[in-house]
Amino acid sequence: MEGRGPVRQIVIPGEAVGGSDVKPGPGTFFEGGRVYASQLGVLTQRDGTVSVIPLSGRYIPQPGDAVIGEVVDIGPSHWLVDINSPYPAPLHATESPWHVEFGDTGRFLNVGDAIMAHVLSVDEIKRIQLTMQDREARRLKGGQLLEISPTKVPRVIGKQGSMITLIKQSTGCRIYVGQNGRIWLDGDDRSTALAARAIKFVEERAQAVGLTEAVKDFLANARRTQGSPGRA
Amino acid sequence: MEDIEHFEREVKLIDENGVRLDGRKSDDLRPIRIEAGVLRRADGSAYVEWGGNKVLAAVYGPREAHPRHLQDPARALVQCRYNMAPFSVSDRKRPGPDRRSVEISKVISEAFASVVFAEQFPRTSVDIFIEVLQADAGTRCAGLTAASVALADAGVPMKDLVTSCASGKIGGVVCLDLDKEEDNFGEADCPMAIVPRTGEIVLLQMDGHLTYEEFQKAMDLSIGATKRIYEMQRDALRRRYSVTLEEILNESPPPPPPAEEPVLRDPTSEYERFEADLDREVGP
Repeated sequence: MEGRGPVRQIVIPGEAVGGSDVKPGPGTFFEGGRVYASQLGVLTQRDGTVSVIPLSGRYIPQPGDAVIGEVVDIGPSHWLVDINSPYPAPLHATESPWHVEFGDTGRFLNVGDAIMAHVLSVDEIKRIQLTMQDREARRLKGGQLLEISPTKVPRVIGKQGSMITLIKQSTGCRIYVGQNGRIWLDGDDRSTALAARAIKFVEERAQAVGLTEAVKDFLANARRTQGSPGRA
Repeated sequence: MEDIEHFEREVKLIDENGVRLDGRKSDDLRPIRIEAGVLRRADGSAYVEWGGNKVLAAVYGPREAHPRHLQDPARALVQCRYNMAPFSVSDRKRPGPDRRSVEISKVISEAFASVVFAEQFPRTSVDIFIEVLQADAGTRCAGLTAASVALADAGVPMKDLVTSCASGKIGGVVCLDLDKEEDNFGEADCPMAIVPRTGEIVLLQMDGHLTYEEFQKAMDLSIGATKRIYEMQRDALRRRYSVTLEEILNESPPPPPPAEEPVLRDPTSEYERFEADLDREVGP
């Protein structure tokens, strides 16, 4: 799969992707002794499981996901956070990193604030709870927020974070990527703009192979034409 | 009386050789062009040109269902709005939902509800919007075909694409894919939608009368046609996402594929001939 060659195989909902000898993974379903794709996406096969990596779609929260959300409402003991999913996501005061008195939630987070949080739990009717009891979790001050398609997030992060590390290192930006497709960038104006362009570059070409190399070229190119963007 | 008989012979919708007014045979489709991902703001979209029909479809979701009391704790709602633009027909259509469009919206949403994996997204709704920009009979089939591509483009999990086509009876002959004249002056029109992989029928309506044998014939014609349309839908989706590595590295967007539209009519249309006549009269 790696290296050169054409783009990976694109499958369409209803397309047969395997017989009864393979296990249906995400993006597929089993019916009448065969496995079919349920989503438009790229076919992958690993350890006898076929799955389809979707090319588009909404973000559906999974427990443990790191997400970037915006506070949209305040209750006496919780905040309601928009995490770019079909479901409202409450963050309870006891799950915040602060000691919050009842009715005092507005002192810590207000409507419009951006936060980095984790999905604590998702039940079978998709009721969601967020948590900020994590070293990574915080209120995001300054910087800028970028929104990409949630299905492209794994490509932006790369294998073991290879892609995002590359972008961080060559632009000198602080970057947080939420599984919900929101990305927070902070750094000086020039390098944030370059990092944003690099991320857009990855998003547009997400189905390509050898993308990390292409991004390396892209960043090197940008640096040559723009002069060196700040290594702040 | 004689005049009327004479007139009736004149407007035969299909002649002895089985050729229809626009030159098609009884089992010919009108030219169809499908394009996926034409709208930026929607999660998924598609545009279909089907003979004289021009239809846009947009899909949003799964998203939070509003009003809240409509939410189903077990599955997603599949909601559809079929709408005809005021300029889609020759007499201005009064804008807004009417009896017909409400009915079509209902049957189309039910057709999709049977293929979408709704139980994966409890409490949400998948919203389908079908806008008919230009109508020429068979808009619900064109709309369904477009909406199906738009759903796949939006990444909504589903069992299969839904493909749709109508058959009808004109001049006593069962024919595929009626156009406006055939629909207005023919004897019956029978739109249907099919899940091609399983052969399930998810929409079936009929306007007019068909005998059992004629109905069977119409079904066979439509099912045969949906196979061809299915391929066009899949092709449209593949075209949207297939780019080769070179194209990606060269940062050039893929060139739009040449539109292949089989020419059915004589290229020198009546209008062109009329224009040519005008030139001759004005010229020296």
